[in-house]
Amino acid sequence: MGLDIRVPIGLMFALLGVLLSGYGLVSDRAIYAKSLGINVNLGWGLVLLAFGIVMLLLARRR
Amino acid sequence: MTLTSIDWLLMFVYFAFVLGVGFTLKRYTRTSKDFFLAGRALPAWVCGLAFISANLGAQEIIGMAASGAKYGIATSHFYWIGAIPAMVFLGIFMMPYYYGSRARSVPEYLRLRFDEKTRGFNAISFALMTVFSSGISMYAMAKLLQILHIFDAPFRALGLPPTYLFHVSIVASAIIVLLYVFAGGLSSAIYNEVLQFFLIVAGFVPLVYLGLKDVGGWSGLRATLPTAMPKSLFPFLVIMPGLIALAAHPTARATLQTTPGYAGAASISAETTTGAGLIPYKVSDTTGEIVRDQNGRPQLDYDLAVPVMLLHYFPAGLLGLGLTALLASFMSGMAGNVTAFNTVWTYDIYQAYIRPKAPDAHYLWMGRMATIFGIAASVATAYVAAQFNNIMDILQLVFAFVNAPLLATFLLGMFWKRTTGHGAFAGLLCGTAAAAVHHMSTLAEGAAPGIKGGLITVAHTYYSEMAQNFWTAIVAWTVCFVVTIAVSLATRPHPEDSLRGLVYSLTERPRDTAAAWYARPSVLAVGVLALTALLNVVFF
Repeated sequence: MGLDIRVPIGLMFALLGVLLSGYGLVSDRAIYAKSLGINVNLGWGLVLLAFGIVMLLLARRR
Repeated sequence: MTLTSIDWLLMFVYFAFVLGVGFTLKRYTRTSKDFFLAGRALPAWVCGLAFISANLGAQEIIGMAASGAKYGIATSHFYWIGAIPAMVFLGIFMMPYYYGSRARSVPEYLRLRFDEKTRGFNAISFALMTVFSSGISMYAMAKLLQILHIFDAPFRALGLPPTYLFHVSIVASAIIVLLYVFAGGLSSAIYNEVLQFFLIVAGFVPLVYLGLKDVGGWSGLRATLPTAMPKSLFPFLVIMPGLIALAAHPTARATLQTTPGYAGAASISAETTTGAGLIPYKVSDTTGEIVRDQNGRPQLDYDLAVPVMLLHYFPAGLLGLGLTALLASFMSGMAGNVTAFNTVWTYDIYQAYIRPKAPDAHYLWMGRMATIFGIAASVATAYVAAQFNNIMDILQLVFAFVNAPLLATFLLGMFWKRTTGHGAFAGLLCGTAAAAVHHMSTLAEGAAPGIKGGLITVAHTYYSEMAQNFWTAIVAWTVCFVVTIAVSLATRPHPEDSLRGLVYSLTERPRDTAAAWYARPSVLAVGVLALTALLNVVFF
């Protein structure tokens, strides 16, 4: 197949990560009462972004 | 609970990528082989992840957590005793012959090994089964979205009653799956399974993390679980949410209830949320009242464990991601069944019996048409499934009719060269008929005669629908096994030459000495089994 699946995975997770962590930076602290006071959007958004970048790097290396 | 724009945006990103992948693959989908078999050229890790993902559909995501809350970590034995050893057996002993035969589908293998009528029978029952399964996924998703009341806002804004949500969910999911399967065929379905695998991990890891932290970690969870439940724990991503949902304290619930749009009939409304932990009581669809057992105790709606946890722990943003993961798992379940349907329909029914010698482009076209037809039939099934109250029950019923006899046919066909075509056909026919007779003459406790059984007479009453379905499957398997052997012995054997490459004893063993020792299937199989045995011992 002509499409390396790592490219769409990488792009999608990088984009989701940027959106999620970006929202984590600007959002009201009050919404994190649900998640035990942890800004999960920022933290997990960064993890997803890192995962997306790793996937893109793996796709490039081939 | 209403969704905010960031939630909608994350969902939109996922669907844009799903469709984008489908339409990118369209450029590479030129022959029927590309469409139905992904050109037989996908890398092993992609197929492996897609395979895991196909076994991580919505029924498992919702069902495994539900069973976790109901039976505890013992639910993991479904994998440790059942699924993993079965898959190792399949991979080592059956897959080499199936794949080596170059059959394009299960019915085609049956034609190579047995004869035309066995294939025809299986093709038809297999096609029906896939349509049923995908319709059930569709129904389950629509039902869940309706109960959660998270998508109500747009409907209220348009002045439509909330029941429209059910219809819109079905039509919308049908259109999305249709578009990407239509464009890219099997590759599209597999690529999206891989996307979905990562998405589910991305949605469930924070859920389990927050939940565990909330209940006081490992020891806190152990202390809060009901005393009857086994206390050994294993970080099983799909089962843990059920345990946590049971142990968590519903302190933050007051804030949830006051959120507009969260209340309503037959929903997680104020008076019904007082279940166990986060799990609400089961509410009847028809009466809007709490469902009770014979002793008057209210029943818990275990299927809601995961969705309720998502709403409980996830703030705007992560909530969008979690819901996307849930939707993705439903849709990939549909896509997997629809691709299986279009392959079997086109190769084993259309090409075999209706139009045998058409050019390849015609079959590619027919595959796309079959996708439309398969999805339309699934939509119809979704409305039939609404008649059943438990999706697992109807699914097991369909499997008992189709898969249970087929397993006996496959085992005999692959490992006993004496099995004949007449034997296999008679076995499948009698096995399926026996399933029907058993189903129509027994009934589960408390069920009304009709589609759930007891049509002819009620010779036996089972404790539950699950027990009834299991016995239907056991009867179907046994009848097929015995009849196949009896008829095979009475009919002329196939010449051995025609069975080479299809039967275990007549095929050269695939040698794996070329691969490094750690990459050999037999070494990996022993490793996996040892690890599974160890887990069984530690967490028994």
